[in-house]
Order: sequence, then structure tokens, then C-alpha cells
Amino acid sequence: MPHRAAPHEAFADPASVRGAASRSTATTTTGNSACTVEFEAIGRTFAPATTRGATALPPVLRDISLTVRPGEVLAILGTSGCGKSTLLRIAGGLDSPTIGQVRIDGSPVAGIDPRCAVGFQEPRLLPWRNVTENVALGLPRGTPRAAGRARVAELIELVGLAAFAGHRPQAISGGMAQRASLARALARNPGVLLLDEPFGALDALTRLKMQDLLLDVHAQAPTTVLLVTHDVDEALQLADRIILLGRPDNDTRAGATIVQELTVPGARPRDRGSAELAELRGRLLAGLGIDRHGEARGLAATSTIPAFPY
Amino acid sequence: MTETVPRTLPRTLPRTSARTVPDATAFAASAPAARTARAPRRPLASRGWIALGGGAVLPVLILAAWQLTTALGVFTMAQLPSPAMVWQAGVDLFASGLLGQYAAISTQRVLIGFAVGAALGIALGALVGLSRAADVLFAPTLGAIRAVPSLAWVPLLILWLKIGEESKLTLIAIGAFFPVYTTVSAALRHVDRQLVEAGRAFGLRRARLFTAVQLPAVIPAVVSGLRLALAQAWLFLVAAELIASSMGLGFLLIDSQNNGRIDRILLAIILLAILGKLTDAAVGLFERWANRKWA
Ligand SMILES: Nc1ncnc2c1ncn2[C@@H]1O[C@H](COP(=O)(O)OP(=O)(O)OP(=O)(O)O)[C@@H](O)[C@H]1O
Ligand SMILES: [Mg+2]
Repeated sequence: MPHRAAPHEAFADPASVRGAASRSTATTTTGNSACTVEFEAIGRTFAPATTRGATALPPVLRDISLTVRPGEVLAILGTSGCGKSTLLRIAGGLDSPTIGQVRIDGSPVAGIDPRCAVGFQEPRLLPWRNVTENVALGLPRGTPRAAGRARVAELIELVGLAAFAGHRPQAISGGMAQRASLARALARNPGVLLLDEPFGALDALTRLKMQDLLLDVHAQAPTTVLLVTHDVDEALQLADRIILLGRPDNDTRAGATIVQELTVPGARPRDRGSAELAELRGRLLAGLGIDRHGEARGLAATSTIPAFPY
Repeated sequence: MTETVPRTLPRTLPRTSARTVPDATAFAASAPAARTARAPRRPLASRGWIALGGGAVLPVLILAAWQLTTALGVFTMAQLPSPAMVWQAGVDLFASGLLGQYAAISTQRVLIGFAVGAALGIALGALVGLSRAADVLFAPTLGAIRAVPSLAWVPLLILWLKIGEESKLTLIAIGAFFPVYTTVSAALRHVDRQLVEAGRAFGLRRARLFTAVQLPAVIPAVVSGLRLALAQAWLFLVAAELIASSMGLGFLLIDSQNNGRIDRILLAIILLAILGKLTDAAVGLFERWANRKWA
């Protein structure tokens, strides 16, 4: 377990005070401080691939309204293909909503936003650059050379790739590439960190380590984090708040919206086995369409805490 | 749920994973005993001098067959002179200074025409590949110009530019332009969108995006386009010199045809083969370097 000063433990409800608590500890932070992210009635409908004779596609997202507080860690859960990546891309200005708008610290997002850094679902490393050079791509423009080099080396060490710093992406494994991609996003020192299943390709052990790493980094530099994940336990472990995207039961309209929103109790690092979390876990799994005796579906089998006995 | 197969080792034992597995072919070619050596043995066929020697086998065989058929009198002298006669023709021409001059002027034309054509090809290819508007505007016209057979340009170029160097250089530049233009524009259009998006997400735009992401991504394609263009430049050189010139290897060909000097024709053909191969090998070295660096 990483050493952590655990400054939050004095607070009963971290979700409400996370921003303030983190800011007070963030003495080493340079560059952006955490930003507020507001989604205002977001809807997204993709245009059909061919313009001729094609019927309009159903919306992917609709009516998404949400405010993410500065320094908050928000997990976005949902089934595959429900629009999690789309929502994240809209937040970062990589995609634009069909209706509604996103505001970061009050100003509307139009085009790629320099306050955000993205960890894509795929590593997306430049194949002709080695790990160090790829991570350096994330540095904010105008970073002094020496400071940049030190920061990159520190991040590479942090994600456990020091021995592979000089390797090209094709010479490292998929999970390593994903860690390099995470380091690249962290190098940006962003006001909003957008992570799309950053630990999806990692083995269980490395995944736990990287989760702790993310919490460490977050404790040091209080960025707002939007974390897309399909792992309920990961969401419960990392997030202050979790939203579940999907279609409400009694709603026939197409398009995913927020069907559940819950605040995770307790300060981080959380006890992965607590009964309170297990209750939330059951609710989230039910929301994902997995019944509460879901061992047979395989999801519960990956869990470190027993399913809540209903 | 997880799309990518997790194959990372935990941080405690990282050094054993990637990179240490050499080419599968290296194992195939090496004796079992060689496995204990630190550096894997390179396959036999990829060693420099063996590759060179292997490449010389066929020319030597052809030369031997040529010598044999002429010695046995299979063909008359007028049909196929012996290698010694061709060699002698070369020595004579060299002594008179013409051979060196012809080879030099032809090489010079190819290099200048190639440089101009390739530079224009890269510029226009980049424009058409990067800009949708330029694509709409230029691509159809350039495609049509490309469809014109090379010889069709010759009368026009001679009328416009006379029989001087310009007409030949222009023709060669046209020949070199299209392979470069085509490969550059196509490669730029097909640069991995996700990589470009990642570059933009990290604040790269315009010139910096081009030099950091798009250009490196297309370099291997561009270099192979350059290699094609060089071959095309030699092709267009001969076309230009056959029709309108007073010097050069193409001129040597047509002049020897008029004089019935079949030995000199063979000499010119062999020289074209050697010069073409040498320039191609030079670009090939550059290509290997570029692929190591960028691919
Ligand atoms: N550029 C696009 N054009 C058309 N449709 C798109 C585009 N991008 C996404 N979609 C559609 O939007 C829906 C949501 O895609 P998205 O990538 O956001 O899903 P996701 O929740 O991230 O899924 P996963 O967990 O598998 O990554 C999908 O049905 C997909 O087909
Ligand atoms: Mg996704």
C-alpha cells in the first residue's frame, strides 16, 4: 500500500468537502487548479454514415445534466456501448453535443479544451516515439525543458515503467502502454482529468496498484477527475460520486441518461470489503442489469467483497 | 467486458517480459548450440556480404551464358557481340571522354528532375492529403494529367522549351512527381485518426501537429514513393534523350542504333542498369534508416 498522508480522514463526507480538503494539501501543485464541469441538458445524436436514403439514428445520449465539483472524482458507469466514451469526449471538447452545452469553470467548451487532459480508452501512443517522448507529449506547452524532463521521469517512475522508458510502444505490453498513456495525461497537470477505462487492460494486481496511484496523484494535485469504468468495485474505491448511464426501466425513449447517481460514503482509501459499499455495489450491479445474486454472470467473481446477502 | 487481453506483469518482475524475444527466424536459422549465446544469431540471408554475393550470382551466370553463346557462335556478331567486344566499346568510348560525359549528364538530369518533381510531389501531396478543399480542387485535374502517357508530352515540351535541358528536366520532373504526389496524399489521408486526435487533444495544431504526428506517420510511405519516383525518373530520362538530345545514355542508344553499333547499345543498357541500381540502392539505404527511425 502506498504511503499517504490521508488528510481527508477527518471529514465525514468527503464528497462535500473534497475540493477544499484537497486544495489545502496541494502545496506542490503548479499550473491548472481543479475546475468545475457542468453538463447542461446534453444530448448527442450521431449523423448516419451515408447521407442518402438513411434514416436518422436514435440519440446516444439525452438529458444529461450534472455538475462536477472542483477536485471531485466522478465515476461514470454503464453497459458497453451506452455512450460513456461519448460523454467523456464531449466534456473534453473532442466531440460536441447535439443539444445542450458543457461549461468548465463557467465558460462553455468549444473545441478541444486546454484545461482537460484525456486518457483515451486505447493507449494511442505515437509508435515512433519511445515511452519518455510519448509521455513528454502531455507536458503543457511552455514547460521549461529541465522541469519537463524531471516531471516525465517522475511520472514514468510512478506508473512503474522506469525500466522501459526508452522502449517504443510496440515493444511494451498493452497494459504498459495504457500506463504510459495515463502518465501522458497526468503530465498535462490538467484542471480536469478525463480517463476512459484507464485500467481496463491491466491485470488485477496492477490495476489495484494503479488505482492507489491515481488516488495518490489526486491527493497531491486536486484535479477534477471524470473516470469512465465498467468496474463497479473500481468506481466504489476511487469515486466521490458515481453516475450510472442507461435507459430508465419505464422509459421507451432511445438514448442513455443518468439513471442512478450516488455519493460514495467514507474517506479514501476505502475498505474494499465494507458492508456499506457492498450494498451500493448491489444497487449498481442491479442498475447495470445484473441481478443481485450475480455470481453466475462472472462479475461478482472478480470482486474482493462478498455479494450482499439479499 | 475488458476488450484488451491483459498481459502485463506486475511491477515486481518487469524486465523479463517484452523485447527479449528475438525474431522467430533467428531461431530457425541458428544451430541449437547458438541459443546459449547472448546475442541471437542473425539469419544467414540477412548478412551484408552474403546478401551482396547472393545478388551477384545471377549476373555472373548471365555473363557466363552470354560468353558461351557468343563463343559457340549461336548468334552472329551483328545480333549479339561478345562481352569482350562490349567491354572494348566501353573502354574506347571512355578513352574519348564521351562515356563519362554521357553518364554524368544523364545522372545529372535524373537527379535534378527527380529533386524538382519529388519536391513538388511532396508539397502538392501534402496539400491534397491534408486539406479537403485542395483535394476537391486539385485531385481530379492531377489525376487526369497523370493519365497522360509520358511520350505524349515530348512534342509539346520540345515546341515550348526547345531541345535544351529544360524540356528534358521538365519531362523527368513530371515522371518523378506522380509517384511521390500519389503516395504522400494517400498516406496523409490514411494517417490513424485516433493518433491525430490524440495529438490534437494534447494541444498540437497545424504545423506542430503536422511535424509531430502526420509527417512521421507517413515517412515510410513517402520514402517508398521517392524510390518509385527515382525509377520513374530514369524511365522518363531515356524517353527524353531518345527523342531529343545530343548527349547522354539515351542519345548513345539512338545514335548507336543509327550507326548499327549493337555493342554500344548493350553498353548503354548495362550502364543504365548499373546507374539505376546504384541510385536506387542509395535511396534504399535511406529508406532502411527512415523505417528504423519512424516505423
Ligand atoms: N463517431 C461515431 N459515429 C457514429 N456513432 C458513434 C460514433 N461514436 C460512437 N457512436 C455510437 O455511440 C454509442 C456509444 O458509443 P461509446 O463509445 O460512447 O460507448 P461506450 O459506453 O464508451 O462503450 P464501451 O464501454 O464499449 O467503450 C455506440 O452505439 C456507438 O455506435
Ligand atoms: Mg468507451
